[in-house]
Amino acid sequence: MTSFVLNGKPVQVDVDPSTPLLWVLRESLNLTGTKYGCGMALCGACTVHLDGEAIRSCVAPLSRVAGKHVKTIEGLSDNLSHPLQRAWIEIDVPQCGYCQSGQIMSAAVLLAKISKPTDKDIDEAMSGNICRCGTYPRIRRAIHRAAELATSKAAAREPAITANEISAGELAAGAEVSR
Amino acid sequence: MSAPAILDRRTFLKTSAAAGGGLVVAFYIPGSAAALSAQASKPQPLLPFAYVKIAPDETITIVSNHSEMGQGVYTSLPMLLNEELQADWSKIRVESAPVDAMYNHPIFGIQITGGSTTTAAEWDHYRQLGAAARFVLVTAAAQQWKADANTCRVEKGVVIHTPTSKKATYGSLAAVAATLLVPADVPLKDPKTFTLIGKPTRRLDTPSKTNGTAQFGLDVTLPGMLTAVIARSPVFGGKVVSFDATEARQVPGVKAVVQFPTGVAVIASRFWPAKLGRDKLKIKWDEGDNANLSTTRMLADFSTQSASPGSLAKKTGDPQSALASAAKKITAEYDVPYLAHAMMEPLNCVVDLRAGSCEIWTGTQFETVDRANAAKTAGLPPEKVQIHTTLLGGGFGRRANPSSDFVIEAVQVAKVAKAPVKVVWTREDDIRGGWYRPMWHDRFAAGLDANGNPVAWTHTIVGQSIMAGTPFESLMIKDGVDSASVEGASDLLYGIPNLQVDLHSPKIGVPVQWWRSVGHSHTGFSVEAFFDEVAHAGGKDPYQLRRTLLAKQPRMLAVLDLAAEKAGWSKSGASKPLPKGVGRGIATHFSFDSYVAQVIEASVEKDGNVRVHRVVCAVDCGRVVNPDTVKAQMEGGIIFALTAALKTEITLENGRVQQSNFHDYPMLRIYEAPAIEVYIVPSEEKPTGVGEPSVPPVAPALSNAIFAVTGKRVRRLPIRSSDLVGKGAANS
Repeated sequence: MTSFVLNGKPVQVDVDPSTPLLWVLRESLNLTGTKYGCGMALCGACTVHLDGEAIRSCVAPLSRVAGKHVKTIEGLSDNLSHPLQRAWIEIDVPQCGYCQSGQIMSAAVLLAKISKPTDKDIDEAMSGNICRCGTYPRIRRAIHRAAELATSKAAAREPAITANEISAGELAAGAEVSR
Repeated sequence: MSAPAILDRRTFLKTSAAAGGGLVVAFYIPGSAAALSAQASKPQPLLPFAYVKIAPDETITIVSNHSEMGQGVYTSLPMLLNEELQADWSKIRVESAPVDAMYNHPIFGIQITGGSTTTAAEWDHYRQLGAAARFVLVTAAAQQWKADANTCRVEKGVVIHTPTSKKATYGSLAAVAATLLVPADVPLKDPKTFTLIGKPTRRLDTPSKTNGTAQFGLDVTLPGMLTAVIARSPVFGGKVVSFDATEARQVPGVKAVVQFPTGVAVIASRFWPAKLGRDKLKIKWDEGDNANLSTTRMLADFSTQSASPGSLAKKTGDPQSALASAAKKITAEYDVPYLAHAMMEPLNCVVDLRAGSCEIWTGTQFETVDRANAAKTAGLPPEKVQIHTTLLGGGFGRRANPSSDFVIEAVQVAKVAKAPVKVVWTREDDIRGGWYRPMWHDRFAAGLDANGNPVAWTHTIVGQSIMAGTPFESLMIKDGVDSASVEGASDLLYGIPNLQVDLHSPKIGVPVQWWRSVGHSHTGFSVEAFFDEVAHAGGKDPYQLRRTLLAKQPRMLAVLDLAAEKAGWSKSGASKPLPKGVGRGIATHFSFDSYVAQVIEASVEKDGNVRVHRVVCAVDCGRVVNPDTVKAQMEGGIIFALTAALKTEITLENGRVQQSNFHDYPMLRIYEAPAIEVYIVPSEEKPTGVGEPSVPPVAPALSNAIFAVTGKRVRRLPIRSSDLVGKGAANS
């Protein structure tokens, strides 16, 4: 039996402790937001937080998280209110969306450490996350935007937005330079 | 997005035109006894309430008959429909269609997402559905009020009787409206009055893709479900001779190990034991005929083959005489490798097989074909097989497999699992699993007149046919020429009077498939890179020569001029200066009925590594539904194509694929992604393709930029830094 804190709540799982955390999350705890992409810590689709650090859960054995705090995409907010989620929605980052949980979890650690990251900071923090659809220019924009949302008091008070709340046509055209 | 560029431009236009007029498109559906004929000439009855479900709480669910794989159709199709329906946009939801003829692709007559055709095919259909639904809702309200429907109007899902201001919501009218006769022809809005179409609109699926709730095939779980991982032959077409599963069976959680035509499956309680068990199998393979395949040898063989002419795809004028009498002649050979699609979500398929029924959950682009193949495998009639199309974690063509490889394997496993089962491919299974973009070789010769203008152009292509053996074979292969192999070459837009394109289609045991932009993924590169060689051989500016030879192609000329202007490439020759060591390259390409031009700025570092700084892209894709989606698709296609230009190849030696995961099949990463600018040419023409057309011009524009800065031609992809060591440093 392995015990750890998952998204703020204590959990216990009876799984072979050598099993990668990714599969424990997905198959034993039914949190499928964390994705399998490579199994070799090469693509970042499985990124979660372990005591506040970004780790690749596909190569982290369950035993490694015993007694520690794990946060997954499901634990980022319960109402899409995290600045990254708001920025992701505002800029419409995802295409297929499969890699985006991992992208957001990597970005969340970056923003927790550096409140106003530079492009170089973003390159360094996000280089472990592959997006086959090629959403990198928008990921970059959205991280800068999330940094603004997180630090602007006025923006922070705004409720979370959902796609449908912005009626079509009211959305300003994105900047033509996607960087 | 990607996939079968099922019809070349001419066929596509003809078929599109015939959608109201008389052509019968026949597809042979594997597994069914007869050809399935889709009579495009017979307008399908409009079935608005098969596509629009209006709930009493005013929620409007729009059914998408196309799969969402990132290209944004779960937003653009509702936009088309709601432009006419005029419901409250905030109440719109989307769900995927079940497999049923009423959800067929209006042009292809089967259920499919591919060929960058969704918007083009559904442009009229979804608007008509919305208009028909609105018509009967208004009729229902008018009947209730005993009023003239012409005195009623609609605002955000509410019917209003203008003279009396009486109101009724769609939700309150839906039940009655569904019983009313749908007229065959409801007038559609004048595009000048569009309020949704053409406006940047947030995607409906984005919130679920930022909090982990989006459901992909891999996320599907059923009660009592088992998971299987399959060991497949290391050589394509190999067969199991014998296997030893002693160790595999000892893995806790492994339930069964079973042999199949294509390999051995380890069935377990969950993925991890299934994978551990699979890795412990000892299998003796009969490797069959492909155990000697070598891409190194193929590279040489293709070149030899290209020295003799193949089946004629296109001939205008007298290219051989024109070449012989030209003032100057240049030749070049180009090579591109096999490529894997490498979607981020590896293939997977859930099957619940019972006596007399089969339910499937998977992310597919090819529902009709998958159902037919699954039914044949299960021994059931097709109508007893249902497919739930989940979100696709990328497709790029791979999830429209003509043999439904990943679906029928799962049905085979389900037959012995005696429980619902999910088959999961590992990344290694995906990279080594075949169905690649074919390896291609292109040999060119061009003849220039005394003024440096090209007067003759010959192009011999060598590469496997994608369409052979698919439902599209009879439609796409004519006189030995697979039009998907020569698309982008035989329909060259440049005004060159003497032109020949011919094709060799060697039969090789590597399974090949459509891959984002299909044949254009090699012709875009080779044609536009060789064109650059021709321009330089004739002492012409590559942009200027393109302008000259596109004089009769106003739409391409317009995108070319727009991209050049935004990139600072002047018509007069006074181009905007670039930083030292940075070069500019330009390319155009026409594909999926859309026109794209790109200018790329790149430099080469001392170690030969290429840095791409900026990509300027102009596109004319007809009328635009969601401009932000068009931009996103251009951006994404450019990054996808940069990966192919700079990074990836699938090679084989001794019949074995030499790559396996992202360390040796690497993807472009964020620090390598350039600034991308996308400019859309305003157009009132019908919508055309968006998912694929930004891919073809990338490799040539980049190669041409590398030539500009190093003087070295790139004639083989991926671009190798070893070929460029020290070349860029001289300029920087």
